[in-house]
Amino acid sequence: MRIERIKPRKNEEVLSEAVDLTLLEPLLEKYKNRKGNLIPLLQGTQDIYGYLPMSAFTRIHEATGLELNEMYGVATFYAQFRLAPAGKHIVKMCHGTACHVQSVTAITDEILDTLDIKDGETTKDGIFTVETVACLGCCSLAPVMMIGEETYGKLTPKQAVKIIREIRRSEIN
Amino acid sequence: MEKTKVIVGLGSCGIAAGASKTYNEFQRIIQTDKLDIELKKTSCIGMCYREPLVEIIDDSGTYLYGEVDLPRVDEIIDKHIKKFTPIPEYIVQSDKFPSKDQEFFDRQVKISLRNCGHIDPESIDEYEARDGYRAIRKIANGNMSPDRVIQDMLDSGLRGRGGGGFPTGMKWKFARNNQSEQKYVICNADEGDPGAFMDRSILEGDPHGVLEGMIICGYAIGASEGYIYCRAEYPLAIKRLNIAISQARDRGYLGKNIFGINGFDFDIIIKEGAGAFVCGEETALIASIEGMRGMPRRRPPFPAESGLWKSPTNINNVETFINVPWIIHNGPQAYAQYGTEKSKGTKVFALTGKINHGGLVEVPMGITIKDVIYKLGGGITDNKKFKAVQLGGPSGGCIPEHLSHTPVDYDSVNATGAIMGSGGMVVMDETTCVVDIAKFFLDFTQKESCGKCTFCRLGTKRMLEILTRITEGEGRDGDIEMLEDLAETIKDSSLCGLGQTAPNPVLTTIKYFRDEYEAHIRDHKCPALSCKKLLTYTVIDEKCTGCMACIKGCPVDAIEGEKKQVHNILQDVCIQCGVCLTRCKFEAIRVS
Repeated sequence: MRIERIKPRKNEEVLSEAVDLTLLEPLLEKYKNRKGNLIPLLQGTQDIYGYLPMSAFTRIHEATGLELNEMYGVATFYAQFRLAPAGKHIVKMCHGTACHVQSVTAITDEILDTLDIKDGETTKDGIFTVETVACLGCCSLAPVMMIGEETYGKLTPKQAVKIIREIRRSEIN
Repeated sequence: MEKTKVIVGLGSCGIAAGASKTYNEFQRIIQTDKLDIELKKTSCIGMCYREPLVEIIDDSGTYLYGEVDLPRVDEIIDKHIKKFTPIPEYIVQSDKFPSKDQEFFDRQVKISLRNCGHIDPESIDEYEARDGYRAIRKIANGNMSPDRVIQDMLDSGLRGRGGGGFPTGMKWKFARNNQSEQKYVICNADEGDPGAFMDRSILEGDPHGVLEGMIICGYAIGASEGYIYCRAEYPLAIKRLNIAISQARDRGYLGKNIFGINGFDFDIIIKEGAGAFVCGEETALIASIEGMRGMPRRRPPFPAESGLWKSPTNINNVETFINVPWIIHNGPQAYAQYGTEKSKGTKVFALTGKINHGGLVEVPMGITIKDVIYKLGGGITDNKKFKAVQLGGPSGGCIPEHLSHTPVDYDSVNATGAIMGSGGMVVMDETTCVVDIAKFFLDFTQKESCGKCTFCRLGTKRMLEILTRITEGEGRDGDIEMLEDLAETIKDSSLCGLGQTAPNPVLTTIKYFRDEYEAHIRDHKCPALSCKKLLTYTVIDEKCTGCMACIKGCPVDAIEGEKKQVHNILQDVCIQCGVCLTRCKFEAIRVS
């Protein structure tokens, strides 16, 4: 079931978050009284912070009257939303059918191995978050991964790791 | 003399293959060499296996070049453009040269994809130049009543292309007959089916075509508002739809009293999906637009009666809508001449997997699976043996090689246990394990189940556990029967299409490949040599050079041997991870 994707976070971690809530104001102004505004509000919030901070839920509740439980329900239902900060580069590994048949699992394993994280986790240096996703719709170029807006096709484990290493190198320098 | 045109295909898949670099290189050279050339963009022509594609149109003819990487750009500019000598080796289609790729185009009839790869999707003028917005004008100028439009849709025989196959005209009729102040049109662009990408291609390549289809539907059922529910994973599609909508508004094609039809107001809003496969189901999609969790509800009442915000709503998918303007413009009979008795028209298929010509093809209904794979698809990669094709994604099923004469129409495909679905065709060869594929799909549907119906939520989980243990060599007697039993129960007791069809991949693979399941369970063998836990890795003594690469790679120190000595894998320590196989440069690891 979908809820299994949510990983628990430590309380101290959530409370110590410094988030500038004033950034939310234009968004709240835009969607305040519109019907069906819950998902666009959460999407907009994630666009601002890269994830959904706990305090943002409370602020949205104050401004719009949307219930916290409803928001949390929606946030945990859809794969797009994250409740924890993500790395600077989000690596989406396509695990659609075509990519699966073309052995994408081996590539994902190799990348996770190189970065020493598990699926859905962020590297300690905050550069990468790796996620397996359903289908990126570039099936004829399988296996495929997407980093930011850039899509890489017809990958081998070696190429994929090379791409990751290059990004890391340019980040460190 | 017409100005020479260079047109670069910039769909998502083309860009992934490097088409942006190709475009930039053309632009750079054209500027530095001050060439008198019109450089243009288009979208995907469907020939993904030859991306990046560049079309050159000059006085002598049209030439489509394939795999145009940076060196080829230089060569094409040098030879074709400057010296007027086309390069036949790189040409994939041309009116001047024969090409071995010609077969890919020969059997196709492009109705849904009529504009994809031919127009700049960001230009409303180019759409209008190819009969765009003519269908709605025909309705306006010819005083076609909404009932006439619906009758045309019924006569065309168009059935829902999202997978259900319900007659489109009928759906519109229900929505029209329900009286209400407010009605809605929704375009389902939540193409979640892994292995299908025709909707993405249509949205990226012909956004105005989809808008026109929705406008016509709005007129027919009496709706004034339209929503496009599009996956957030398709950023380019969303961008081009936004451009198209604002262009249409500027010309007064969206808004009040449009096309001079008194009292006909229509506007379209894009809603970005947030990543949930179940939202492809219409009641879940409506819940999602309303801002709630995308959980399906019981039908009836159908959306035609009570849909978005409880108003009558008509939902069709992208591929259905793109057919609408063509049918109105060319007449229903023109459409119905293609296809079979009960499945009219054409269907787009996404060919992927172990196939030579991966891409999008549009063929008349009724063509056989074999023809699609061998004639258009160019056969199986590396000349391996064709084993089966998965049609219809996670809701569909496996059609084995011996049924490849099956014609693709709704009823024939259903008879095999698969479904047409949205038209994803994933081709599998002898190295693909069907149990693993069944497990893959179950893993997908299990994660995507919304959790509302008990059997879908828990049953898929149990089935996945059984499949997992089978692929790991822990299968038990009676597992196949238990899978079948669970499958039937899930089908019978789930509310929506997700649960009702989730067991299909398992049921069809058991039906056609029962012996493979038995080999996994009884003999602990994977005939396709795909399930890792059931494999044995050994060193081929004659090929091993003693380079120690595998020893360094092995995570559990299961390989022993000195430098320049033949290595040995300790079977009781080996965890079958396969790292040694990837590390060995001398093909000295045998898998059995």
